[in-house]
Amino acid sequence: MSMMQQITLGQYLPGKSVVHRLDPRTKLLMAFGFIMVLFIITAGWVEYGILGLAALLIIYTAKLPLGMVLRGLRPILIILSLTIVLHIFSTRTGTLLFRLWFLEVYSGGVNQGFLLAARLVLLVLSTSVLTLTTSPIALTDAIEFVLKPFKRIGLPAHELAMMMTIALRFIPTLIEEAERIMKAQLARGADFESGGLIKRAKSLLPLLVPLFISAFRRADELAMAMEARCYRGGDGRTKFKVLRYTKLDFYAWTCFVAVSALAFYVSYAL
Amino acid sequence: MDILDIADLHHIYRGHEGETIALAGVDLVVSEGEFVAVIGRNGSGKSTLAKHFNAILLPGGGRVLVAGLDTREEALLWSVRQMVGMVFQHPDNQIVATVVEEDVAFGPENLGVPTAEIIERVDASLRQVNMEDYRTHAPHLLSGGQKQRVAIAGILAMRPRLIVLDEATAMLDPIGRSEVMSTILRLNREEGMTAVLITHHMDEAVKANRVVVIDQGQVVLSGTPAEVFSQYKLLEALGLDVPVAAKLSILLAESGLPLPAHILTAEQLVDELCRLN
Ligand SMILES: Nc1ncnc2c1ncn2[C@@H]1O[C@H](COP(=O)(O)OP(=O)(O)OP(=O)(O)O)[C@@H](O)[C@H]1O
Ligand SMILES: [Mg+2]
Repeated sequence: MSMMQQITLGQYLPGKSVVHRLDPRTKLLMAFGFIMVLFIITAGWVEYGILGLAALLIIYTAKLPLGMVLRGLRPILIILSLTIVLHIFSTRTGTLLFRLWFLEVYSGGVNQGFLLAARLVLLVLSTSVLTLTTSPIALTDAIEFVLKPFKRIGLPAHELAMMMTIALRFIPTLIEEAERIMKAQLARGADFESGGLIKRAKSLLPLLVPLFISAFRRADELAMAMEARCYRGGDGRTKFKVLRYTKLDFYAWTCFVAVSALAFYVSYAL
Repeated sequence: MDILDIADLHHIYRGHEGETIALAGVDLVVSEGEFVAVIGRNGSGKSTLAKHFNAILLPGGGRVLVAGLDTREEALLWSVRQMVGMVFQHPDNQIVATVVEEDVAFGPENLGVPTAEIIERVDASLRQVNMEDYRTHAPHLLSGGQKQRVAIAGILAMRPRLIVLDEATAMLDPIGRSEVMSTILRLNREEGMTAVLITHHMDEAVKANRVVVIDQGQVVLSGTPAEVFSQYKLLEALGLDVPVAAKLSILLAESGLPLPAHILTAEQLVDELCRLN
């Protein structure tokens, strides 16, 4: 189970808060809407301040540990620093702050770099809040619902959702299997740790080959089991769990519209 | 009408290495409420036969009628699959959803059953296999026996007329095996569910109403467990185990002890031997 504990799937943090209880479609569309607003409004500290405050309020209402939410930013740390550094050295507006050998740093560059970094942080925060407060199943249902209108142009909404469900179902099973194979190989003297990158990658081959073979066998058997249970795609299928909007969703959308309107007002009217 | 009526069924697999004759004229009838065990050595054609029950495979010759419906008729395919539920060997490879109750609902969802009724069916099916406390559990955290019971519940929720278990206990530990066996026995005895159990375990086969022995794609023996296992020489020649108690009691009877002919389990043998005193 060691590997399983390290990987928190989809990063879902079960809870009973207002945010958790919102319809997954509301949350999915809101996260998307938040990102749209983020890109449409002009970059400015007041605008991003409003959106950041809103994000913090949502995190607080959802009772999410702030540390955990911020940890979600770790994967983009490199991109963040790159964004800041590049802008600091390439934008030449505002006053000249200082000169480092041949590099000149202007105030406009510093401002621009940090603004773009703030935008990235807000973008990642909104998706983190979505996945932290929505179970993967609910999220899958929401994605299927949201993509349904695009079926007419050939987007296989149901199939995509089914693939996600099956992936979520089998990831733990495959991880367990990988651990079992790894232990078996270790017992036979395999070495996954030492050596350079190429040697380590090579040592993974005896792990990956049996894993792939078994994954294909599983897929084959699962397909047969699904057919035996009358699976024939999304047409004519009914749902066990039906998504339902509540008053909560109405209030949430009201707040969302209000915050967005304020951000737009600050951005364009002032 | 018989639930399963198979006559002169042939099946040939055509692969790169040539042809394998898997079924060579099988006749088999299963009536409502029966519990039939199918035994036979590896490669004798048991799984191939089972896949003909719900039209995963179609006859290369002969015919398969499921409650009177011919499996070759494409228009009847989904009716046939709804009536014949199948539990497979690997517990992991037949559970589709990430939550137990969602998986049980998978079949009825596919059949287009209205939501309110799906909820009822999920409740009832989980109760039938004693898994109602695990509704919201993740399947990968269950034991093998529990996973197979979830699989059985998923099939019960489709309201089938026949349940087929293809070595469904083969991957389980003794506890898991007895869980699955007692579930299926209870469904058969108390709720009249018709069942076909394919197995390598003779102690499971003796619990059936009827045992069918398959070899080289043909039915070589069929009858009550007592009748079939009394032919221990034939069974051993076919590479099959015979329950030790059954064989021992026949050998004892042949050497003069007045034992009845229907002994199948160690408990029965002990009882009868004690009665001799
Ligand atoms: N998909 C396939 N392609 C080609 N040959 C096959 C295929 N499936 C089974 N066979 C062959 O058909 C014969 C019957 O196989 P089947 O799986 O029905 O046997 P079985 O009685 O279920 O065996 P086991 O006890 O090992 O499960 C065997 O000789 C097998 O090799
Ligand atoms: Mg088989």
